[in-house]
Amino acid sequence: MKRLTLFSGHYGSGKTNIAVNFALHLKSLGFPVALADLDIVNPYFRAKDSTDELEKAGIRLICSEFANSNVDFPALPQDLYAITDDRTTHYILDVGGDERGALALGRIAPAIMEENDYEMYLVINGFRPLTPDPASAIEVMQEIEQACRIRFTGIINNSNLGRETTAQTVLSSRGYAEQTAELAGLPLVLTTVDARLYPELSGVIPDLFPLNLKEIPV
Amino acid sequence: MADKVLMKGNEAIAEAAILAGCRHYFGYPITPQTEIAAYMAKRMPKIGGTFLQAESEIAAINMVYGASAAGKRVMTSSSSPGISLKGEGISYLAGSDLPAVIVNAQRGGPGLGGIQPSQSDYFQATRGGGHGDYHMIVLTPDSVQEMAELTIKAFDLADKYRMPVMLLADGTIGQMMEPVCFDLAIDPAPEKPWATTGTEGKRAHNVINSLYLNPAELEQTNIERYARYDEIAKNEARYEEYLMDDAEIAVTAFGIAARVTKNAVNEARKEGIKVGLIRPITVWPFPKAPYEKAAEHCKQIISVELNMGQMIEDVRLACNCKIPVSLCSRVGGMIPTPNQVLDAIRAAAKGGK
Repeated sequence: MKRLTLFSGHYGSGKTNIAVNFALHLKSLGFPVALADLDIVNPYFRAKDSTDELEKAGIRLICSEFANSNVDFPALPQDLYAITDDRTTHYILDVGGDERGALALGRIAPAIMEENDYEMYLVINGFRPLTPDPASAIEVMQEIEQACRIRFTGIINNSNLGRETTAQTVLSSRGYAEQTAELAGLPLVLTTVDARLYPELSGVIPDLFPLNLKEIPV
Repeated sequence: MADKVLMKGNEAIAEAAILAGCRHYFGYPITPQTEIAAYMAKRMPKIGGTFLQAESEIAAINMVYGASAAGKRVMTSSSSPGISLKGEGISYLAGSDLPAVIVNAQRGGPGLGGIQPSQSDYFQATRGGGHGDYHMIVLTPDSVQEMAELTIKAFDLADKYRMPVMLLADGTIGQMMEPVCFDLAIDPAPEKPWATTGTEGKRAHNVINSLYLNPAELEQTNIERYARYDEIAKNEARYEEYLMDDAEIAVTAFGIAARVTKNAVNEARKEGIKVGLIRPITVWPFPKAPYEKAAEHCKQIISVELNMGQMIEDVRLACNCKIPVSLCSRVGGMIPTPNQVLDAIRAAAKGGK
């Protein structure tokens, strides 16, 4: 297991949910884990929404003190450098959407590259309007790489239609995910699904990872 | 890959506008609606359209005026403080009988307020906001799907009645993601013989203006415009009634507040309380019929809003104050929980107000 795991992709691709679930998973395996929210773009729906769960699990959350407040700043967390300085801990990085969000990562990219103990995954959802085909997903991938100056090491297929997602929805996205991985020259490392669909798809799709999702009361 | 896509509400507005034939978008970024501008910036250059980030909201709304006068389908979007800045231009659009679509993804106010969702621009949207006697048609989507459908409707209504139409949304519907189907019927824009597209020496000049040197003439344009508003009030009021047939208590809410309220109504029904929901889909014109009907068989109406009580005035007028109307609300960017609404329903069922 690499010390740093970075999740990046088009905004709304599902990075935050995956990062939170992945952090909880790593912690359950006994690793010392911290989650860093590097989003400088999104005003709503941030890792900070999961503060209680993370705290309960003993996972430190590093995020801008202004996240989920009315301070509409593209601010980075003040303890950003812990990610690369504190090598005793496994850090999960939730990178902001698109190339604009990934720009923030560039600040610590040299230290990440020097240590060279990371995986950076491109999260894709073929049901998002601006990444409907492999070519457009690759376009987003290249823009992010240019902005943050770190190369991706794998693809995560998180194709879903929100609460209307069925097993069929996920199955129908496999070709898209495989073609994107092939075009990128990267392995398809995980397919992430709503935990409620996990039993149905387990054994059908390889490298399946269940996500426990927050319910919104609307 | 599929007939549905997963979209943020803001993206759905932008895509729907493009489907409706909008090729001109002018705006200035403000949270929580910036995704509309970001989406337009990516898509417009690929389809021969214009995305322009203006130097201010005031500049943007005046660009909208120009493009509309030239007969084009055009849109701008902003959030509460930015809409206040656009107020003057919106009044000019109304005074010049120009169609345009204006999106307000409301955030908490007054003043700079905050970036979290709100419905506190109801008065501004339904009473004018700018100066002078005028109205906009105001549509209030409660889902990402409706963001798309009502955006297309907004362009149709704007062209049909030659007036600005507002899509009154809020930060939550703008930011939240839901599946959307874009298999929607699109009416092409009508002919616009009034537009300033060049005479080619074949017709008299078209003049688009809101300045009248003769007060009697200005009075006449106001009277004629209000006759048109009467037609709109008769034909375009839209609403949804949910479990109202046998309701003894009516709850009313629009947009995101209606989503929360529907959950509360379902819970209250499980407890045996006869309660229903009236959801206005237009708030100007305000749909009076369902409230007149409710006043005949309900003992109370609860208005659920994300403001200090604005729509409640229209609700009282619509039911002629025949039954008590109470308020259940949160403000400043906070959203009532289904339980808060449920408690208000329980209190009404026990005879409280």
